[in-house]
Amino acid sequence: MNSNETVTEKLTINENWCKGCGICVKFCPKKVLGLEHDKVKIVDIDKCIQCGQCELRCPDYAIYVRGK
Amino acid sequence: MPSAIVNEYFRTNKLPQIWCPGCGHGIITRAITVAIDKLGFDRDKICVVSGIGCSSRATGYLDFDTLHTTHGRALAFATGVKLANPEMKVIVITGDGDASAIGGNHFIHACRRNIGITTIVFNNNIYGMTGGQYSPTTPKFDKGTTAPYGNIDKAFDIPTLAAAAGATYVGRSTAYHTNLLISLIENGLKNDGFSLIEAVSSCPTYYGRKNKKGSAVDMLEWQKDHAVNISAASKMTPEALEGKFLIGEFKNSPEPEYTSEYQKIIDRFIKE
Ligand SMILES: Cc1ncc(C[n+]2csc(CCOP(=O)(O)OP(=O)(O)O)c2C)c(N)n1
Ligand code: SF4
Ligand code: SF4
Ligand code: SF4
Ligand SMILES: [Mg+2]
Repeated sequence: MNSNETVTEKLTINENWCKGCGICVKFCPKKVLGLEHDKVKIVDIDKCIQCGQCELRCPDYAIYVRGK
Repeated sequence: MPSAIVNEYFRTNKLPQIWCPGCGHGIITRAITVAIDKLGFDRDKICVVSGIGCSSRATGYLDFDTLHTTHGRALAFATGVKLANPEMKVIVITGDGDASAIGGNHFIHACRRNIGITTIVFNNNIYGMTGGQYSPTTPKFDKGTTAPYGNIDKAFDIPTLAAAAGATYVGRSTAYHTNLLISLIENGLKNDGFSLIEAVSSCPTYYGRKNKKGSAVDMLEWQKDHAVNISAASKMTPEALEGKFLIGEFKNSPEPEYTSEYQKIIDRFIKE
């Protein structure tokens, strides 16, 4: 499987599946995420409340909340 | 390793999917699997059928018994699956073009029969796959490759059409309003008869670009700002509702389902 993952305690990101649409970045209520070189990246993981809004709307299943 | 939901219900070796960046279809496809998961259905008793279009590509990614059929004919194939296997949960994934243009006749008659199929129309107001031709849900005066000066046809309201034709469960949500969408799909799947859920999607590549709707993010923001839940709408003035569209559960009135009515006829002759 095509996988290049960033795994943190709160979130997992698969850069290979991310198409850089920015949807998760825009609708994250805590501004945890950003874009760099057309890929999602974690800006401030401490603020993440694991609400799952990013996972809910990522069209590419490239980000999800861990342990839920 | 993908999320538990994606790992469980997707053919992960087929991912990443082919949809454009930010296409709403990916959000809706995942929402369908979450609804199935919440209901705890036996996955071997689920069949997902689609027609042709970007939306209809969804069946290729879903790890159930799936049928990717011909343009407009998903409901005809699904009717066959349901009649042969009445115990199965049959789900149809279709586009606005697939369901309401070439497949419009199959659509109204499946509604009229109240056959046990849950149909989810991914409505992006355009023919995405073939390059942006206008569809029966393209808003009046909006543009498509086949309407460079604006479309002069009035758009279908798919839930209204389905309810009038006899569907017994009808609702609408959007890719942005994902949790509502999941709960409508759940309720639609609980209805024995024909359920229609319109999932307002977004095609940033064609509909968006042709009509200056901005980025994929802008299109979801538009959904957020223009959708009004039917429960709130009754308390709003006509002025406040101007330019808005309704989401929520529009109809939930169960009636006898087609394959069970058919079985009653068979039983009558077995007894004689
Ligand atoms: C019989 C037939 N006619 C026309 C086509 C070309 N065609 C393929 S997809 C499509 C429209 C798809 O639009 P929609 O159902 O809205 O799906 P979307 O791509 O927008 O998700 C058309 C006209 C076809 N494949 N088969
Ligand atoms: S889980 Fe919620 S807070 Fe955490 S990154 Fe996703 S959207 Fe932001
Ligand atoms: S929503 Fe998904 S595909 Fe889009 S930027 Fe975020 S992780 Fe990437
Ligand atoms: S053409 Fe439109 S509908 Fe098709 S994948 Fe691209 S954004 Fe989605
Ligand atoms: Mg379409």
